[in-house]
Amino acid sequence: MARILQLMLNGRARNDAISENVLLLDYLREIVGLTGTKTGCDGGECGACTVLVDDQPRLSCLTLAAMVDGRRVDTIESLAKDGRLSAVQRGFHEKLGSQCGYCTPGFIMASAGLLRRNPRPSEDEIRDALGSNICRCTGYVKIIEAVMHAAELHAAGVAP
Amino acid sequence: MNEIVPAHTIGEYVPLVDGPEKVSGRAKYTADFIVPGMLAGRILRSPYSHAELLDVDITEAAKLPGVRAIVTGADCANTFGVLPIARSEHPLARERVRYCGEPVAAIAAIDDATAKEALRRIKLKVRELPAYHTAREAMAPDAIDLHKHRARNIERDVYFELGNVESGFAAADLVREGTYNCAEVCQNQMEMHAALADYDAERDRITVHASTQVPYYVHLMLSQILGMDMSRIRVIKPHVGGGFGCRTEALNVELIAALLARKAGGCVRMVVNREETFITHRGRPETDIRLKLGMRKDGRITAVECECIQRGGAHSGYGVVTILYAGSMLYAIYDLHNVKYIGKRVLTNTPPCGAFRGHGTVDVRFAFESLLDDMARALAVDPFAVRRANLLSVPAFTDNDLMVNSYGLPECLDWVEQQSGWKARKGKLPRGKGHISKGLGMACSHYISGASKPVNWSGEPHATVKLKLDFDGSIVLLTGAADIGQGSSTVLVQSVAEVLGLDLSRIRIVTGDSDVVPKDNGSYSSRVTFMVGNAAIDAANNLKAVLVAAAARKLEAKPGEIECLGELYRAGAQDKGLTFNEVVTEALKDTGTITVTGNYSTIPESYGGKKYRGAAIGGSMGYSYSAQVVEVSVDEETGVVTVDKVWVAHDCGKALNRLAVEGQVQGSVWMGMGQAMSEEAAYHGGLMLTANMLDYRVPTIQDSPPIEVGIVESNDPHGPFGAKEAGEGSLAAFLPALTNAIADAAGLRFNDLPVTPDRVFAAVEKRARGRKTNGGA
Repeated sequence: MARILQLMLNGRARNDAISENVLLLDYLREIVGLTGTKTGCDGGECGACTVLVDDQPRLSCLTLAAMVDGRRVDTIESLAKDGRLSAVQRGFHEKLGSQCGYCTPGFIMASAGLLRRNPRPSEDEIRDALGSNICRCTGYVKIIEAVMHAAELHAAGVAP
Repeated sequence: MNEIVPAHTIGEYVPLVDGPEKVSGRAKYTADFIVPGMLAGRILRSPYSHAELLDVDITEAAKLPGVRAIVTGADCANTFGVLPIARSEHPLARERVRYCGEPVAAIAAIDDATAKEALRRIKLKVRELPAYHTAREAMAPDAIDLHKHRARNIERDVYFELGNVESGFAAADLVREGTYNCAEVCQNQMEMHAALADYDAERDRITVHASTQVPYYVHLMLSQILGMDMSRIRVIKPHVGGGFGCRTEALNVELIAALLARKAGGCVRMVVNREETFITHRGRPETDIRLKLGMRKDGRITAVECECIQRGGAHSGYGVVTILYAGSMLYAIYDLHNVKYIGKRVLTNTPPCGAFRGHGTVDVRFAFESLLDDMARALAVDPFAVRRANLLSVPAFTDNDLMVNSYGLPECLDWVEQQSGWKARKGKLPRGKGHISKGLGMACSHYISGASKPVNWSGEPHATVKLKLDFDGSIVLLTGAADIGQGSSTVLVQSVAEVLGLDLSRIRIVTGDSDVVPKDNGSYSSRVTFMVGNAAIDAANNLKAVLVAAAARKLEAKPGEIECLGELYRAGAQDKGLTFNEVVTEALKDTGTITVTGNYSTIPESYGGKKYRGAAIGGSMGYSYSAQVVEVSVDEETGVVTVDKVWVAHDCGKALNRLAVEGQVQGSVWMGMGQAMSEEAAYHGGLMLTANMLDYRVPTIQDSPPIEVGIVESNDPHGPFGAKEAGEGSLAAFLPALTNAIADAAGLRFNDLPVTPDRVFAAVEKRARGRKTNGGA
């Protein structure tokens, strides 16, 4: 069955005809063409597909697109403002929180969600917030530094 | 006005040149290419571990509307494989399937749902054969052979004895032997395998995007499998989401996608899922090791006898190389003589193993450093002193003819000993709360900086880089080197910029398109910084010579009088000089667009020896060194081991990019932690039980310790700016440093990996029972 999905995606209102059973992940990637959100597993194992739904981190691979009808969805593509990297993006870039980059959109969105509700997280709070995201490159040391750095940049006035 | 000085980044903290793409979601990986009208590819896999393939009936699948192409083993008569001497694999099985998950047929259809439905309609007719899921079963006298010409399923037998092992053991004060088992582990890189193949029927040409570390090998194998001339093939490597060795050979995914695209006369995207990535994983083989060492009272090693059996999986793959590395890399870390090595690479009905990070060296290093720790304790010698008693004097050639010119292991040892407070804290750590005991362990490891002889020996330079300079004054660096997240593009841009004294922003890098960039052997064996880095320096020097000549002409000076300050070229300090753009304009006058080539070739002295068959494996221009101290807490009530902290020192010759070196070293230590503590590819029969990231337990951010990195710079005489590898050598030492720390904390020795809580718990229980039976408390 098809239906019309209405949502606010990365600050833009959209209306799309979708199948009832299409995943939010596949809607974003294959229908809208926002391929920044990644598929890293067969469902709920890795966090690479994390997006924000009304500012809350959500696994788009375990979410039906139909479930975000009328909601606000933000993906990695929404963060840069006027073409400049946001605080979290700069944190991950400058501190090498991203090596191969594949898990990065998920980590950045989970971190952005954290900083929106807690602008100065402790290391333990960062570990809690990112506990369901897997990175295979960094050993997480520089990811923690990246989020700490992002919090400092944010405190200095850079958008999260 | 400030004095103009050459720009400089070598040795600094430099964020990746492709970082902004990665953090903004703009970086495109293979699955991100969405081409209008493309077909969806799907693979039918064998549910059998071992069977004769009598028939693959595609009649019903072909009738399904929307199916555009079906390929089976009948479409691929040729075999592929990374080693020219051992190409045992068909992209789609013919006559026999040898592991559960081996591709049997593939479909291209208008969408994924149609492709999946078509797969369900294919009927396999087979006669099941006895299947061997362990090396021991496969080597049994009555076992049938998986492959012709591989009697008793031995892919390769390796034997050497250098020196005299018998007299070495006779000279020892202590001889100890241990047996070790390391579980099979998977790379589990975050990006699942993907390929996009686009066939141009009108011109008989094909373009293949592949998630690979080795675009050139993919090019070779596409030609072999498709039977197409190489000039008709274009291979593109987009961003790649990690490799760790699983993509250091052409994989059946890209070959099957290409077969489908040609048959369908169109574009096919093939994205395999996580389960499929696991069950075809090319990881580190399960390894059984028997190791015997002789040692004098002062810690000096007098003899080594090592027997190593690897469960290699169903195809040859890199197997011969892996079993040879396991032996040859006993050397080049300590001053060893009297060494005997017996290696067996065994073919089994499990997924083919491959070249996982630290290729061939890791499990043997675990055994070696574990046994050193036991013997140090038995002789009451400090573990650091044991290593120091066996250091190499460099420059040196080892007994198996490996050339060692730079050797920072002594400094690595000093650094971790000091930073961890070893002398003050070892044996004196306070007990934690309740049943927690704490301990420290240390170990060392090493790795090559690229194999000196490439797999496909063609007589060409080992690496080639091109630079293009045009009217706009920007330099384009063209390289086939595959950045898979390790930061190779950044280090190559830095190298060119450093020689020319220019800011990084003047240089753009283009990689991974066979139409545009020079051929490169690929990203494996930690070769890129060393080989391609040297080629980049050579190219930059050649470009500099052109620019200096142009400046000299314009300034009416001799080239030798020209001083290059990056943005300014001048003839002496009093000269106003020419800006870089003015020099470029002058240089272009004669030739138009300037392109220069830089090459690098390894030297014959680094090729390894000929003392036994396969002795070239291990030969490298430079070896990296690592020492680690690991601090653990062992909960003897639950069996849970927590790594509290790791100190690691890595001799990378010279850190070209300190940020990337730290990241690589932390990443390898952490990957070693996964293998040591939780990761295991487990099977029931031939069926993998752990083909997802919940059952295959990769450490999360919650499990992962702080990892403090010390960079040791031994300045290798042949390395680019003195550099050696940084991305693999620190993996292996973690494993024994962990078990040595557990031995220190709890008095329990673990020779089998991974050290899971249930294993620790069982060992604690066993010890308690033993104490009771012995009348202890």
